Amino acid sequence: MLKARHLVKEFGTIKAVMGVSLDLEKGDVLGLLGPNGAGKSTTMKMITGYLEADSGEVEINGINIEEDPIGAKRNLGYLPETAPLYDEMRVIDFLNFIAEVRGLKGHQKRKHVNRAIEMCFLNQVTRQSIYTLSKGYRHRTCFAQAILHDPAMLILDEPTDGLDPNQKHEMRNMIKEMGREKAIIVSTHILEEVDAVCSRVALMNYGQVIFNGTPEDLRAVSPDHKALFVQLTAQNPHEILLSLKENFPKAKFLVDELESNYIRVKVHHHKKELNFNDRFFSLCKDKQWRIDNLETKEGRLDEVFRTLTMPNSRTDWPTASLIWNKRNDPTVTGDLGKL
Amino acid sequence: MTTWLHNFKCLAKRELYSYFCSPIAYIFLVMFLIIIGIFTFGDSLGNFYKLGYADLELPFFTWHPWLFMIFVPAIGMRLWSEELSKGTLELLLTMPINIKQAVLAKYFAGAFMLFLVLFFTTPLIWTVNFLGEPDNGKILSAYLGSFLMAAAFLSISSVCSALTENQVSSFILTLVICLLMILSGFPPILHILREYVPIQLLNLIEQVSIYPHYANFQKGIVSLYDCFYFLAVIIWGLLTTQHILRKK
Ligand SMILES: Nc1ncnc2c1ncn2[C@@H]1O[C@H](COP(=O)(O)OP(=O)(O)OP(=O)(O)O)[C@@H](O)[C@H]1O
Ligand SMILES: [Mg+2]
Repeated sequence: MLKARHLVKEFGTIKAVMGVSLDLEKGDVLGLLGPNGAGKSTTMKMITGYLEADSGEVEINGINIEEDPIGAKRNLGYLPETAPLYDEMRVIDFLNFIAEVRGLKGHQKRKHVNRAIEMCFLNQVTRQSIYTLSKGYRHRTCFAQAILHDPAMLILDEPTDGLDPNQKHEMRNMIKEMGREKAIIVSTHILEEVDAVCSRVALMNYGQVIFNGTPEDLRAVSPDHKALFVQLTAQNPHEILLSLKENFPKAKFLVDELESNYIRVKVHHHKKELNFNDRFFSLCKDKQWRIDNLETKEGRLDEVFRTLTMPNSRTDWPTASLIWNKRNDPTVTGDLGKL
Repeated sequence: MTTWLHNFKCLAKRELYSYFCSPIAYIFLVMFLIIIGIFTFGDSLGNFYKLGYADLELPFFTWHPWLFMIFVPAIGMRLWSEELSKGTLELLLTMPINIKQAVLAKYFAGAFMLFLVLFFTTPLIWTVNFLGEPDNGKILSAYLGSFLMAAAFLSISSVCSALTENQVSSFILTLVICLLMILSGFPPILHILREYVPIQLLNLIEQVSIYPHYANFQKGIVSLYDCFYFLAVIIWGLLTTQHILRKK
């Protein structure tokens, strides 16, 4: 459905996009993630043909966007980041205009406009001038514009921005639903959305795709993926780590938190130790450690996001919580205050 | 071809919709008519009634370049500046249309507004015919010249508004260019310039200027050369607008 190859875009000295390639098939919902300024919107604008790429190629439904822009654009629906609209028009007039420009006439036009109004819950505001709409309704009107002609491919730049929680929910369901017969790219900063709607994820940073795969793959990047967190209370928590290491040499232990009466340990590769669970529990019993908490983590997307997009945080990630703890320590705040 | 016409029609329709939604169009329409009325009938200005003969050239058409110089940028400033500032250009250019159609359609809508303004002044024709026996051919040619001049200004306005997303800048830039295009052929100015500028250069400046071409129409002279001049300005403006938008 979509083939984007080595897209490059520079604005003067700013290298906004540096060699981005994306492939999408019908039924894919691709979540485009990345920090502010990563080049998500710019990539999307090039795919829609609004911006001309400095180099690279875009093919939509087998149509090269430079060779046949009109043909390619017929297959596209686009919701720009800013949800631009002709403010002075009424919602219904605006949608009718879009339908006409999209080449719909008569009965077809009415049918598509009504469908879009219904899907985006715009019934109440159809006769209202666009400049009088609230932000969420503006966004929905612009979204209605994107899906009006039932395109094979949708490009949605932050579609849930400005929507209330109910509408966010509706929007996600709608995207998921439409994702079955369309190819959709959604950019978002809300990582739960990735779980809710996306079948694939591409993570961008500094104009490049640094990860491309399923949400599950992305989670696996997390240092916490499949890690076991154990919180133990004991007389002398300092000794716990040492004896754990002695008893389970194949596992890897990291201190997550250490206080005077308890310790929180992160355990990796505990599966490599035979009967880890049984042996662990009996060890605790012998040493009289109380197990306060025990959980396996899947890895949180926001942590992965941070780890991948802030290269420095990758090395200091395990200590990040220690730093945080220090900040909360009253003895240290005095120093920080001076700084 | 039918799609082309269809697209052109709905783009132009939307543009006109916006003109009539905003009060600016009405305000300027009324303002233009009031001002041209004052200039035409005013005692010390056009002095239509005391002129003693039924003609529109002096009391009416003399004022057109100066009025259109202000009126046209006001109509044209929003052509592209508004699309740029609101980001609707992003919608427009991702529709299955080409830029040429959009440029033409929007220009057409603006030109229609100018046509409307001139149309509302036509009761004057009836008035002069009632008062005496004017040369109606001359009046018609003057109207044609006036419209072509306004259309040429509009095409310059289209270029300026594609250059900036700020409507005020677009207005001022257009106004300055139009003013220069009038002044560079305005007889009193040419008279002053004659002392400083070589005659060949002066002739060239005069030919580039809009004023002498318009003056010919006013005198009832419709020459292919003058028509060609205006068309050239219009086409240049439209092509340049298109080029600028493509590079955005
Ligand atoms: N028209 C432009 N002129 C100059 N620089 C631009 C332009 N558009 C984008 N950029 C630059 O390109 C880079 C990528 O911007 P882009 O809008 O694609 O980021 P993004 O990933 O969408 O960010 P956000 O999450 O904030 O929406 C930024 O550094 C931005 O400043
Ligand atoms: Mg963006």
